[in-house]
Amino acid sequence: MAADKIQDPSRSVGVVTPQVARFAAPLALRCGASLRDYELVYETYGTLNADRSNAVLVCHALNASHHVAGHYADDPANTGWWDNMIGPGKPLDTRRFFVIGVNNIGGCHGSTGPLSINPDTGRIWGGEFPVVTVEDWVDAQARLADHLGIQQFAAVMGGSLGAMQALAWSARYPQRLRHSIVIACAPNLSAQNIAFNEVARQAIITDPDFNDGNYRALNTAPKRGLRVARMVGHITYLSDDEMANKFGRQLKNGKPGYTFDTEFQIESYLRHQGNKFADYFDANTYLRITKALDYFDPALEHGGDLAKALQSVVAGMLVVSFTTDWRFSPERSREIVHALIKNRAPVTYAEIDAPHGHDAFLLDDARYHRLVAAYFERVHGEIAK
Amino acid sequence: MNGPLGNQRPDFAVIAEWIPQRARVLDLGCGDGTLLKYLQQTRGVTGYGIEIDDGNVLECVKNGVHVIQSNLERGLADFDNGSFDFVVLSQTLQAMRNTEHIVREMLRVGRSGIVTFPNFGYWKNRLNVLRGHMPVSENLPFEWFDTPNIHLCTVADFEKFCGERGIHIVARTLLTNGQPVTSLPNLLGELAVYQFGG
Repeated sequence: MAADKIQDPSRSVGVVTPQVARFAAPLALRCGASLRDYELVYETYGTLNADRSNAVLVCHALNASHHVAGHYADDPANTGWWDNMIGPGKPLDTRRFFVIGVNNIGGCHGSTGPLSINPDTGRIWGGEFPVVTVEDWVDAQARLADHLGIQQFAAVMGGSLGAMQALAWSARYPQRLRHSIVIACAPNLSAQNIAFNEVARQAIITDPDFNDGNYRALNTAPKRGLRVARMVGHITYLSDDEMANKFGRQLKNGKPGYTFDTEFQIESYLRHQGNKFADYFDANTYLRITKALDYFDPALEHGGDLAKALQSVVAGMLVVSFTTDWRFSPERSREIVHALIKNRAPVTYAEIDAPHGHDAFLLDDARYHRLVAAYFERVHGEIAK
Repeated sequence: MNGPLGNQRPDFAVIAEWIPQRARVLDLGCGDGTLLKYLQQTRGVTGYGIEIDDGNVLECVKNGVHVIQSNLERGLADFDNGSFDFVVLSQTLQAMRNTEHIVREMLRVGRSGIVTFPNFGYWKNRLNVLRGHMPVSENLPFEWFDTPNIHLCTVADFEKFCGERGIHIVARTLLTNGQPVTSLPNLLGELAVYQFGG
């Protein structure tokens, strides 16, 4: 899902450097466990203004990280995952806003997670790392905001699982954000969504190299499982039409070979994505992130009443969905909008007619980007007052 | 009737006069959000606009209006009973497929409804039909073959419609060239503006 295309250097934040924040106070997790101390890896772009009112937190989805925009000096091809959205002159304009990307707890890009050392045992956490939730991530992000001296974000923004964090922020820390930008979201996962996640998890857990998650100690990794997990995921990120357009029934060699090699282009694409992913992503993290998705359900504690769950929201809400997204369909976003309207909250809802399915939130679509740009123009107008 | 609204949409000025300070307003088919923006700035109203067109949704965002992108033909299921003081449907009634349904929805969701529509009974329209052609004018800018206006009516038709359904007309203004018409409304009025309640 990374944007590998050549970028216009004048519209890029350029070379970026990750930073690390260490937290000595324990973080209580929803599952009952707590992290004694932890680290968060993050990146920032743009400049924090004098009254610290122009900060925007960008929350990442399933496979992404703190590397949201720009590239690394020693790895110029490694472009941030939302580089088309964030940079000078882009919809989230870094000439106006101070943008923060952070790798979540339980991640595998440097923040405390299954690859870190468990301070109680001195060994790698591995399969022992606790199950984390969206709310845990948001709590950790709030501590990062404290650390950076940001009392109130101009906006918290995310797509997909990132949007769930933006939504959770608006209800959990209502005074700490002016706006919440919730893109390609759902108020909880459907049974079908959970089913896809469970297939992905079973692929990993039943891989003989999984070893209860303690594969690192044995110098192995359940790469076969991770590959299949990623393949399943990719099917759900694209629309049927988009897959038909991109691959159709094309055969790599033009004619059937009557074998189990990769023959159809779609097979080749999925295997490529699976292989690429299995090489850089940690299986324990994947398991935990899919669980965080499954458990996300803010209405649950309120008898299933989403409006009640969002009653505390005072931020301006921008909710965006994509017509061909069947993983988190527009109907799911409308549930969020409906709840916010019930609460008379300030909400704007746009349904973008895009062919790409769930992945549309990451792609460069003119209508979508114009809308987000116009919304940030409004946010900027407010904080400039 | 001139001013920030009168020049472009004379019906907006009438609507604005009917809406008190801090009212809750739902504007159905709100276009670029001009009316809501004006009401927000001059009356401190709150509420939402509903709009289907991408370009208009973008303009609403630029205008600082809370817009919900949705098709009005789906009804107003997102909105609770009695959650608005006014529900406005300006120059869209004649383009709705299910006219009665949307009027009922307006009265379910709001305490009062406001509609504006081109009066088909206006003498120039009658004259066009007498001459054998469907009218094409500033208020009815479409040719018969490409018009979205599938339910055109006259002032008399609309009042009969309301009367038969127990819908109480609270206020009525007819405009021609942006100016109010005082006599023979169904003949001399080009644009009808109605406020009604259940």
